[in-house]
Amino acid sequence: MRPRSDQFHKLSSEALEDSFLREALKRASASFHAAKTDAVDSMPDWEELRQRGHDRKNRAIENLPEALEVFEKNLRSRGGEVHYCEDGASARDKILSIIRSNDGSSVTKSKSMVTEEIDLNDHLEAAGLSVLEGDLGEYIIQLAGEHPSHIIAPAIHKSREEVAELFHEHLGSDPDADIPELTRVARKTLREAFLGADIGISGANFVIAETGTIVLVENEGNIRMSTTVPRVHIAVVGIEKVLPRRSDLATLLRLLCRSATGQRVTSYISFISSPRTEGEGDGPEKLHVVFLDAGRSKLWADPTQREALNCIRCGACLNFCPVYGSVGGHSYGWVYPGPIGSVITPHYVGIEKASQLPQASSLCGRCGEVCPMKIPLPDMLLGLRAKAVEAGSASFVEKLSMRVFSLLARSPRLWRLLLTFGRPFYRLVVRAGLAAVLGGPARRWSRSRSLPLPGRSGFRRWWREDAEKGGE
Amino acid sequence: MSEPKRASLFITCLVDFLFPGVAKAMVKVLRHYDVELEFSENQTCCGQPAFNAGFRGEAREMALTFLDVFEGCEAVVSPSGSCVAMVKEYYPELFPDNQELSGRFQSLADRTWEFSQYLTEVLGVTEFPGRRDGSLTWHDCCHSLRGLGVREGPRRLLSSVEGAELLELEKSDECCGFGGLFSVKFDEISSRMLSNKLACIEKSGAESVVATDCSCLMHMAGGLEKRGSAVRALHLAEVLADALEESGTGSQEEASP
Repeated sequence: MRPRSDQFHKLSSEALEDSFLREALKRASASFHAAKTDAVDSMPDWEELRQRGHDRKNRAIENLPEALEVFEKNLRSRGGEVHYCEDGASARDKILSIIRSNDGSSVTKSKSMVTEEIDLNDHLEAAGLSVLEGDLGEYIIQLAGEHPSHIIAPAIHKSREEVAELFHEHLGSDPDADIPELTRVARKTLREAFLGADIGISGANFVIAETGTIVLVENEGNIRMSTTVPRVHIAVVGIEKVLPRRSDLATLLRLLCRSATGQRVTSYISFISSPRTEGEGDGPEKLHVVFLDAGRSKLWADPTQREALNCIRCGACLNFCPVYGSVGGHSYGWVYPGPIGSVITPHYVGIEKASQLPQASSLCGRCGEVCPMKIPLPDMLLGLRAKAVEAGSASFVEKLSMRVFSLLARSPRLWRLLLTFGRPFYRLVVRAGLAAVLGGPARRWSRSRSLPLPGRSGFRRWWREDAEKGGE
Repeated sequence: MSEPKRASLFITCLVDFLFPGVAKAMVKVLRHYDVELEFSENQTCCGQPAFNAGFRGEAREMALTFLDVFEGCEAVVSPSGSCVAMVKEYYPELFPDNQELSGRFQSLADRTWEFSQYLTEVLGVTEFPGRRDGSLTWHDCCHSLRGLGVREGPRRLLSSVEGAELLELEKSDECCGFGGLFSVKFDEISSRMLSNKLACIEKSGAESVVATDCSCLMHMAGGLEKRGSAVRALHLAEVLADALEESGTGSQEEASP
């Protein structure tokens, strides 16, 4: 999708005005918090598990090129095909050519953020194919013509009422339908589509090199459907998803399920290691894995930011981020919102198109605290800010004020002068209520907070006078 | 008390400029425990605003100034969790190519304490004497909590003060929305975070919200005043100094945050 991350200010401003969104986010955050807290509290060795997950994934990422080769060899040996695509355009073309060469016309998809990255639906529809999202949340936003606002809960910004109206309009259901009824309606429509589709497209949560296996985690069963019923299964996978060994998986699955939905394990976990083999009753005739780079090897080459590739897309950093909780996912202007989005979006779409994102954090540190992979997200945001400054993208005013600030702070004498003369001036501004008139930061501050009014003298004078009196 | 302690005061720019009352309260409490205090008038700013804005060069310059001022001290104590986190967490990593310098910063980091840490971890205070009537609630400042691991210490101190009723604050570990320049660069988001925080504070029913960082306190106090709330925002040092007065309500020479 076309990045609009450079419009974060505008988009977040609009989102803050949206009272429906506010309620939806409040509800979602409360339930995610409770679920994750429960799931984590019930595990006394959670911190150990996190460390283990971090170590294993770190090793996997270090050895990424080798692991990809091993995966390819193993999947090919059992009849699967593997393709590497450098960018979105080549991935779209590759996928379309696979569909064409198999005479495909109808596609069912299971939830995949990577296909959002490459705008796959629009591209396939423009080529005359019918595309249906099989995940309930994805289906809802497909009907609404929107994009996901959360990594694991794409329609989290929609209320039941909005969904009922949408289904009424598109599927003719009761406009006042409750959630079980809405689910029933969607299930009926989707099941027919699954049974009639000739191409199934999925993402992957992990791929295992040692065994050539694609691992998919879900609750609804739509992934199981779209990877077994259609004649052809195409898995679109970011290259960072590969794990060297099968023994790496259990740790990461536990971390993923508990951090994402608070479940001990999800309803379905699919392991796919080949197309249908002789004697098997179901499964696709053909299996293709399309690996997508699209900025990942560039990120991999940057040792200070490489850990961002350790992300397993659980969404916990979104759920615990007070900024995401205020502005929702669409404000971030591209596929991945929240703290992890603010880190990877600049790498994937270009820092010049996403320069506001690393700034849009109070650096409260919660994202780093809840990340099951121990990705130091706050430090990475700080690192991106430093990179932006090094690249010269700070405004002239900011550069100048930082120079002046540093000049003053390096000279105790100038600093003392600043304190001495700054105080009466500042007192005057506050007492006369001039903050709003002066403009700039003081005006923005004053919209929702009063400015503190200090006394006439500071600590230094008191300390001197106190010392003259002999202290105490 | 074992042998007498010496500590150097790191009175952050914000405290010096806006909240000297907090620094005085800290002095009072530390002197109560016979800590011998010193204060260098050469101290300036730790450089956190520059560091957070991505200006590493400027942050390094200010870190070196800080090192100049404080390197010879036995211990450094400050009433601000985020500035202490800057010294402890980030200074040692600011000069990755200079091992000798990084080592000196690490040694200084090991001797630098946030006020409540110093009380509980260095002085070993578990029960605080004195009396202060009134209800309080505790806000966990992000950098104190997640950067320094300050969680139970100040809560224990506050609940040991006679007459003080410590009430639960819902989402006590959620950011108040300050974040330095974040609060002006993204003032609308910051304001929403603040109003969520203030709603929790008001819901707690406490007369005062207490914390360990004057920047967060300034933010919350500014918001409380703007919305006409009667709740006061106080630094831990102010509450403890009040308790030492044993007057029940305490006296304040300066405006608190």
